[in-house]
Amino acid sequence: MSTLRGVYLAQLRISLAEQFQYRGAILIWLLGLVIQPVIYLTIWSTVAESSGDNVDGYTARSFAAYFIVAMLVNHATHTSIMWEFESRVRHGALSALLLRPIHPIHRDIATGLAFKGLTMLVALPIAGLLALAFHPVVTTPSWAVLVFVPALLLAMALRFTVEWTLAMAAFWTTSVTAINRLYFAVFIFSGYIAPIDLLREPAKTIAEVLPFRWMLAFPVELAIGRVSATEALIGITAQAAWLAAAVIALRAVWSRGIQRYSAVGA
Amino acid sequence: MRHRGPLVSAVTPFRILPLGTPRPAIVVQNLTKTFDVPEREAGLRAALRGVFKRRTREVIAVSSVSFAIERGEIVGFLGPNGAGKTTTLKMLAGLLYPTSGEATVLGYIPWQRNAEFLRQMTLVMGQRNQLVWDIPVADSYELNRAIYRVPEHEYRETLDELSDLLDLGPLIIKPVRNLSLGERMRCEIAGALLHRPRILFLDEPTLGLDVTAQRRIRSFFREYADRYQATVLLTSHYMADVEALAKRIVVIHRGLILYDGALAGLIERFAPLKTITVDVSSPLLDPGRYGEVVSVEEGRVTIQVAKPDVAAVTNRLLADVSVTDLTISDPPIDEIIDRVFQHETIPDAEVEVPPAFART
Repeated sequence: MSTLRGVYLAQLRISLAEQFQYRGAILIWLLGLVIQPVIYLTIWSTVAESSGDNVDGYTARSFAAYFIVAMLVNHATHTSIMWEFESRVRHGALSALLLRPIHPIHRDIATGLAFKGLTMLVALPIAGLLALAFHPVVTTPSWAVLVFVPALLLAMALRFTVEWTLAMAAFWTTSVTAINRLYFAVFIFSGYIAPIDLLREPAKTIAEVLPFRWMLAFPVELAIGRVSATEALIGITAQAAWLAAAVIALRAVWSRGIQRYSAVGA
Repeated sequence: MRHRGPLVSAVTPFRILPLGTPRPAIVVQNLTKTFDVPEREAGLRAALRGVFKRRTREVIAVSSVSFAIERGEIVGFLGPNGAGKTTTLKMLAGLLYPTSGEATVLGYIPWQRNAEFLRQMTLVMGQRNQLVWDIPVADSYELNRAIYRVPEHEYRETLDELSDLLDLGPLIIKPVRNLSLGERMRCEIAGALLHRPRILFLDEPTLGLDVTAQRRIRSFFREYADRYQATVLLTSHYMADVEALAKRIVVIHRGLILYDGALAGLIERFAPLKTITVDVSSPLLDPGRYGEVVSVEEGRVTIQVAKPDVAAVTNRLLADVSVTDLTISDPPIDEIIDRVFQHETIPDAEVEVPPAFART
């Protein structure tokens, strides 16, 4: 374990040093972070105001809360591995990682954490500014604040594991971009563009069956106080179960993928 | 646990050997690798056909290759592009699964990529970059230190040694992108050796470098192998690399081993001719009657003669014309190798089984 800690610390330092080199890129990235939730927020607030400030229990100000928190949770759980893995496979960078006596996934975990730690410092004040502009209200019980922490961590782990597994499609196909597009189309079931409560059938059932809501909507609803204690318990259990399944899938796909990679010419 | 003791003690569960038997560091038996390469003619019609039916062709990259390398030995792998050198190296470094055959490196099966195995070896490829582009070299080294669990004091010591041998000096506090190709290569090599690997696979380690840099890197590897009793398998296009480092060479062509033995033996076997250069003060008439003419210049004639005839031809030359100077030499190694590769079937190219196999 102490090996991993050392590796993570070194990798964190490297990633931070790298990020400081890309100040311009971070600014552009920030714009992207803010634009989408602000658009959704504005649309849904307008909808709420035109329907007597109540859309299935959401007011304009609770929409504001939902989307501002969703922005933060999405940022915390987001990964770009599905876009990076292909070039890693195709240009052989993976080979350099395979020569090392440590699984390449640790590099991605450490890099991801470093990136988030750094960008959160900017994302949080932005959320604060949005809060000043849109006056969100939350009804969060104090226990939910505590449960939010494991829920967020599980959401991060789950999304990372699922996306890392899907990224490995690059071992078998060159149409990774098509797969990524499909994935991000389906990702709307995470509750990113609309709270899942507002979806109509059959979309709602689909959203409940798929794992995506556990990567985003669940911690968001928890944070703004729309989840009962029982639901919270079920949610955490569901997250843990999905995570276990995803880890099993990741291991299985990795061992097959790596065999294929080293069969066709690493 | 990092093992730094005498090289004889090994970490292997695979074979039981009589006590005191030094086991080769690398044992390769009938190693074969084939690739399925998609085959398609040029043109739109062929592209359309390819949508429905993919044709593939099997390419044999390495064909039933066997050899053994003793601990501390430096072996040069020679062959033209596509001969199977890199494929073999990648299999031995654990990056490729073979199609058939066996190999062990320090007793490990490389493609199982056991962490203990990976900690003891390195693969240096001419165009590989392990270093992170935008940050100082030293930061990338720190990461390697953590990954390979090198204790702090040992890391300092190794880094000092490597800096010294490779003349890194101020380079390691510069971001990688600010380094020249030669500087970067030196930094890459140091990074690949910080964990003091006992097995080095070097794939074209001097590719793209100028002559001075090549020489420096060559002498570095010789020094390193000496100091740490490292086993080295190296491929190169540059004959000079191999000549400078390896006492033993393995010639591979079209996936087959054509020769395995001492460099001198290669000359013996594949260069049945000697080159005679004579400086003459009067014109040499019809030089063709002495041997195969290589060149005729003002006052200098170069001919090639079968080895047994050298003495006779030299005598005749000395008798026939007034010779001011005469040299007899082996053709350059590059030329010999070229000859090996041009003549695909070499009658005498069967390779004896290296003695190491008799034991395993």
